[in-house]
Amino acid sequence: MSVAVDLATVWAFIIAFAVFVYIVMDGFDLGLGILFPLFTKKADRDVIMNSVAPVWDGNETWLVLGGGGLMAAFPLAYAVLMPALYTPVIAMLVGLIFRGVAFEFRWRTQRQRNRWDIAFFGGSLVAALAQGVALGAILQGVHVEGRQYGGGWWDWLTPFSVLTGISVMVGYTLLGATWLVMKTEGALRDKAYQLSWLLLFAMLGAIGAVSIATPFLSVQYTQRWFTWPNIILTAPVPIAVAGVTVLLLRSLANKYDYQPFFLTLALFFLSYAGLGISMYPYIVPQSITIWEAASPANSQIFMLVGVAILIPLILAYTGWSYWVFRGKVRPGSGYH
Amino acid sequence: MFEGWDAVALARAQFAFTMSFHIIFPAFSIGLASYLAVLEALWLWTGREVFINLFHYWLKIFAVAFGMGVVSGIVMSYQFGTNWSAFSDKTGPVIGPLMAYEVLTAFFLEAGFLGVMLFGLNRVGPRLHFLATLMVAVGTLISAFWILSSNSWMQTPTGYAVNASGQFVAADWLKVVFNPSFPYRLVHMVLAAYLTTALVVGAVGAYHLLRDQHLAGPRVMFSMAMWMATFVAPIQILAGDQHGLNTLEHQPVKIMAMEGHYQSHKDGAPLILFGWPNQTAGRVDYAVEIPKLGSVILKHSPTAPMAGLNTVPRENWPPVPITFWSFRIMVGLGFLMMGLGLLSAWMRWRGQLYSSRFLHTFAMLMGPAGFIAVLAGWITTETGRQPFTVYGLLRTADSASPLAAPAVGSSLLAFVIVYFAVFTAGVIYLLRLMAAPPHPGEAGPPRDVPARAAGITPAAAAAAEGAR
Repeated sequence: MSVAVDLATVWAFIIAFAVFVYIVMDGFDLGLGILFPLFTKKADRDVIMNSVAPVWDGNETWLVLGGGGLMAAFPLAYAVLMPALYTPVIAMLVGLIFRGVAFEFRWRTQRQRNRWDIAFFGGSLVAALAQGVALGAILQGVHVEGRQYGGGWWDWLTPFSVLTGISVMVGYTLLGATWLVMKTEGALRDKAYQLSWLLLFAMLGAIGAVSIATPFLSVQYTQRWFTWPNIILTAPVPIAVAGVTVLLLRSLANKYDYQPFFLTLALFFLSYAGLGISMYPYIVPQSITIWEAASPANSQIFMLVGVAILIPLILAYTGWSYWVFRGKVRPGSGYH
Repeated sequence: MFEGWDAVALARAQFAFTMSFHIIFPAFSIGLASYLAVLEALWLWTGREVFINLFHYWLKIFAVAFGMGVVSGIVMSYQFGTNWSAFSDKTGPVIGPLMAYEVLTAFFLEAGFLGVMLFGLNRVGPRLHFLATLMVAVGTLISAFWILSSNSWMQTPTGYAVNASGQFVAADWLKVVFNPSFPYRLVHMVLAAYLTTALVVGAVGAYHLLRDQHLAGPRVMFSMAMWMATFVAPIQILAGDQHGLNTLEHQPVKIMAMEGHYQSHKDGAPLILFGWPNQTAGRVDYAVEIPKLGSVILKHSPTAPMAGLNTVPRENWPPVPITFWSFRIMVGLGFLMMGLGLLSAWMRWRGQLYSSRFLHTFAMLMGPAGFIAVLAGWITTETGRQPFTVYGLLRTADSASPLAAPAVGSSLLAFVIVYFAVFTAGVIYLLRLMAAPPHPGEAGPPRDVPARAAGITPAAAAAAEGAR
């Protein structure tokens, strides 16, 4: 496979970058919500919530950039995929509403706090599942007629999309657990370590299952991964996964607080790169390539100017915000 | 469920519903972000404690409202694709980049500095914190710039061409961004956001002054809000008039609907004050009208001829009753706002600003007026554009996704249930915050408590009070 460097490819990488940054930033955020019921003490929940409250809004903005950028750079893909993913997308939006408002609402009421804690959990769970299901539904391909989606509104539901839904949910939960390892102390951190062990094995199982199932979806995927000479490019991916796994196990065993989170992100990156290898150059697998879906060059160039200037700036001030709230989050009660 | 319903009508209902809920929050947070920046600047400049108290008081309210705006906004950014995929395919190359720029220049700026604004005063110090507040305020205004540019392009499209796939593409980006109705709509909307916030701030101040007219915080916020009403309400009426003239030039059919002009008037059109537009019969029943005044307002001449909807093919008529009435609600509220501004100026001159119960009651009742006017204004301009999504070029019926009614109906139902459950709770929490007066030493982010401020958590605030 050859990668031609042209505008559409550049934009495919920009959208892929935005979506990956979203996964990096909001994955652990959703994972914390999914872990919420396992921490029953109010003090623990306050710490968990506080560890992410200053940054959650910025995290979700990357999702808006992914969606908005797709519409701008690949309008045809956006127009085909959104109706095809109708139900998971609506479910994700509803989930994000519940968990998003919970950040403020749970502090505004004593009596109903539990209700918003449940909303935070349920919303995060639904959003994570829906994102995974959407991923599976894209990979397995959608029915296209002309310039529109041609299928029904439940076509996305297959054993494969359910598998990817659960996988993404497990992965996000591992990110959440390793985030807590990094950001908390004492009993809370110990519990997060225990959960990280369990979730790591679950995530490895999920990566294995999705990797085995994907080649069965289409011959294109099989050829992409297992034929000569592609295998020179693709073989390092599973090898790197194995290497990162070893490092991750070691960091958990030795309790290096900061490493597990970043190594889990590395696992996500490798899985994500694997997806990219499978899909390229299709943006709607087996139907629409990035060149067919691309906006005219003048739209893509108009935006490229902004992206080139603004994305580094955004990363800089987002990094500053994380820096301001760096370090372990301690229970607020200790200061009164 | 929803078998046999019209999928396009359901998609329109869904857009109208989710949009109406969403617009309330940005309209409030655009104004409130600027107000917070002003309060913090005054505090840094004068060092008076009352300003930082008010800042913290409104910051808590801002946090709740902003959160609701964010989550309802994410819905909007995906709804173009889910329910309006044909529209997205055709207009994506033109309005997609405008919205991408909104995300890049505005949403990230707001989100990136919001955390520091809410929780970081003691971590970064007052000067950097003020910068964060300023960035959030600027972000809300930049956001208004881009989204109103893309909406205005849908109303008055310029600078475009159509490619072989039937997509709109940009021929001249400057003409796309600065399309003819954009400057007017931007000014009108930003002023509306400022007025809306001023009316809320004024109503909260008035509510507390009615209980105790000596409270320092409520006196300051009431006075500031009434200055805004005095000056901005008349300017807004002027801006609205100019926006109307611009609409007459570029979207005359919308003006016909707003005015209820089904018939053409060769020798000066009347101003219909009230009446019941009868869309089937093509006339306004029970009309109360002033002869020639319509032409005077729109053409500045009593005998200027005005064309009516009878010159427009019927399939291109917007729904007149909605446009006609929403316009009157907006204008009526606008004049009430000006009345409040003038009354408060009079009372201020007589030294009764803080003691007039009549003024305070009036201001309290006007608290929600801004929101209603904003909604009515948007309903006017959006239904007045019908039956097109891109005015005169792309019909609404040709814009929708190829989805069956059950899909669209079910998601509409889901949004209705979720929005009422979630946003009702949110509004109750906001009202509860507003019901407590700001007090000296209003809790802000206490030193060293990471992330979440004690003042923002009732439990921690109670604990802090207990420790004193």
